[in-house]
Amino acid sequence: MTKHPILIAFNTIVIKEISRFMRIWVQTLVPPAISMTLYFVIFGSLIGSRIGKMDGIDYINYIAPGIIMMSIINNAYANVVSSFFGAKFQNHIEEMLVAPIPNIIILLGYVVGGVIRGFMVGIVVTVVAMCFTTLSVHSWPITIAVVVMTSILFSLGGMINAIFAKKFDDISIIPTFVLTPLIYLGGVFYSINLLPDIWQTVSSFNPILYMVNAFRYGMLGVSDINISTAFAILTIFTTILFAISLYLLNKGIGIKN
Amino acid sequence: MSALEIKQLNKTYRNKLVALRDVDLAVEEGDFFALLGPNGAGKSTIIGILCGLVNKTSGTVNIFGHNIDSETRAAKAAIGIVPQEINFSQFETCLEIVVNQGGYYGITRKLAMQRAEKYLTQLGLWEKRHERSRDLSGGMKRRLMIARALIHEPRMLILDEPTAGVDVELRRSMWTFLTEINQSGITIVLTTHYLEEAESLCKNIAIIDKGSIIENTSIKKLLAKLNQETFVLDLVKPLSSLPILNGFNAYLIDEQTVEVEIAREQDINTLFNLLSSEDIQVCSMRNKSNRLEELFMKILSND
Repeated sequence: MTKHPILIAFNTIVIKEISRFMRIWVQTLVPPAISMTLYFVIFGSLIGSRIGKMDGIDYINYIAPGIIMMSIINNAYANVVSSFFGAKFQNHIEEMLVAPIPNIIILLGYVVGGVIRGFMVGIVVTVVAMCFTTLSVHSWPITIAVVVMTSILFSLGGMINAIFAKKFDDISIIPTFVLTPLIYLGGVFYSINLLPDIWQTVSSFNPILYMVNAFRYGMLGVSDINISTAFAILTIFTTILFAISLYLLNKGIGIKN
Repeated sequence: MSALEIKQLNKTYRNKLVALRDVDLAVEEGDFFALLGPNGAGKSTIIGILCGLVNKTSGTVNIFGHNIDSETRAAKAAIGIVPQEINFSQFETCLEIVVNQGGYYGITRKLAMQRAEKYLTQLGLWEKRHERSRDLSGGMKRRLMIARALIHEPRMLILDEPTAGVDVELRRSMWTFLTEINQSGITIVLTTHYLEEAESLCKNIAIIDKGSIIENTSIKKLLAKLNQETFVLDLVKPLSSLPILNGFNAYLIDEQTVEVEIAREQDINTLFNLLSSEDIQVCSMRNKSNRLEELFMKILSND
C-alpha cells in the first residue's frame, strides 16, 4: 500500500526525534534514572521509613507515582524545547519549513517525539522504583491515559517555550522557575490534605497536582482530587496549548521573518 | 509556462526596513536565471518568500502556475532550495540529512535512499555518507545542500550564492554539475556575487538594487549595452613614457603595463598597428575586469 506523503513526513519527524534522543541517551535517559534513584534512596528508604504511611500507604509507594510523573513531565517538556530550539538555533528547522508539510504535522511530529521520550523515561524510572519497592497498577487505562495526556500537554508547553526562545537561557527559565516549583508543590511528596485550608485552595490552581494525583490513582487507587476533574483539566489545558502552538507556527512567530 | 512569476511583490520587515518594492519578475521553464545585486539588495528576501521562510507584505508569486498562498504545498514541492548559510543539523550524517529531507517531501525511505545514492555520488559525497555533517569541509557542506535540495527532484532549483567561499576547482565542478542538471530540464535560479559565474552559466539575468528590479534581460542583450571595455596589455620591453595612440585612451600603469579603453566601434587591429609602428610589442592582453562586472557597476552607479 502506498503511504500518503503527509504520513511519510510525519513518520520522518518522529523517527528523527527518537534518533536524536537515543543518540544522546547518556544525556536523556540516564540522568532521570540517577536522580530518581537518589529520590528513592533519600525520600523513600531513609526519610520515608521514619514518616510511616500516607493515606494508608507506605511512604515510598506513595511518592513513587509522583516521582515517575515528575520524570515524564520534565522529559516530555525538555525533549521538545531542546529539539525545536536546537533546530531553530542551527537553522535546520528550515528543512521542514521549505517542505510541503502542514504545520500541524510538524507540531504533531514533535509532540509524539516528546511523548515517546516521556514514556521511555517513565519506563526507566519505573524499573528503578521497582528496585526499591513493589509497584502495582490499580487501573491500566487510567495510568496510560494520564501518562499520554500529560506528555502531550508538556510537549506542547515545550514547543511554545521553544518558539519564543531566542537564546539558550530562554529554554531553561520556564523549567527552572515555573515547572520545578509547580511539580514540587503538586503533591509529589505529600498529600494536600496535610496542608492548611488556604494552601489547599492555592494548590488547587496548580495543574500538576491533578496530573500527579490522577497518575497516583491509576497506580495506587488513591487521590486527593476527583479523577474526572483531573481528566477535564488535562483535556482543557491540552486543547488550549495545542491551539496556541498551532497558531504560533501558522503565524511563523519565532521561525519566519 | 513560466516557472516563476512574481508580480508587485513588496516586503517591509518589522523594523520598517523596506526590502522589496513592487518587484515584477518572470523566469521561463528551463531557464538558467541569475539574480544579481549588491549585499542587502533584496535577493535573499525574494528567495525566502519563494520557499516560505519569509512572509511577504503584498504581491503575488506563482511557481509553475501554483500560487504560494493558495497552493502552498504544490508550489513548495516544485522547488528545491540551496540557501546561502549552512542549515543542516551538525550531528546528523550526510545520508540522514538527505534521506530525511526526502521524507519531509513525502518520498518513501526506499526511494529516498536510491536518490540519495545518485545525488551524493554525482556530487562526490557518497564515500562520506556516514560522516557527520560537522566533519565535512566547507565545499562539501555546500555540495551536501545541493544534494539535499535535489532529493525530491524539483522542477526548479534555487541557489542563493552557491559558490560563495569555495575554491576555484570546486566552483568549476559545481558549474559543470549545474549546467548538466539545467540541460536535463530543471530550471535554475541563482544569486551570485561572482559575475563571471552569471556570465558563463546564465541565459537571463535580473539586477536588483535597493529592493527594486533595475534590469531584467538576457545576458546577451545586457552585454551588448557595454560600450567600452578596458584592456590591460603586458609589454615585452619596458617603456619610460607612452607615445600618443591616436583615438585611444591609453595609460602607462607601470613600465611594462598599459591600460587601454576600447570603444565598441573601435577596431582592435588599429590599436595593434599603432603599437607596432611605435615598436611596442605586446606579450599578453586581458580584460581589466569581467565584462558583466563592468556593466553591473555602471548600472548600479546610474541607478
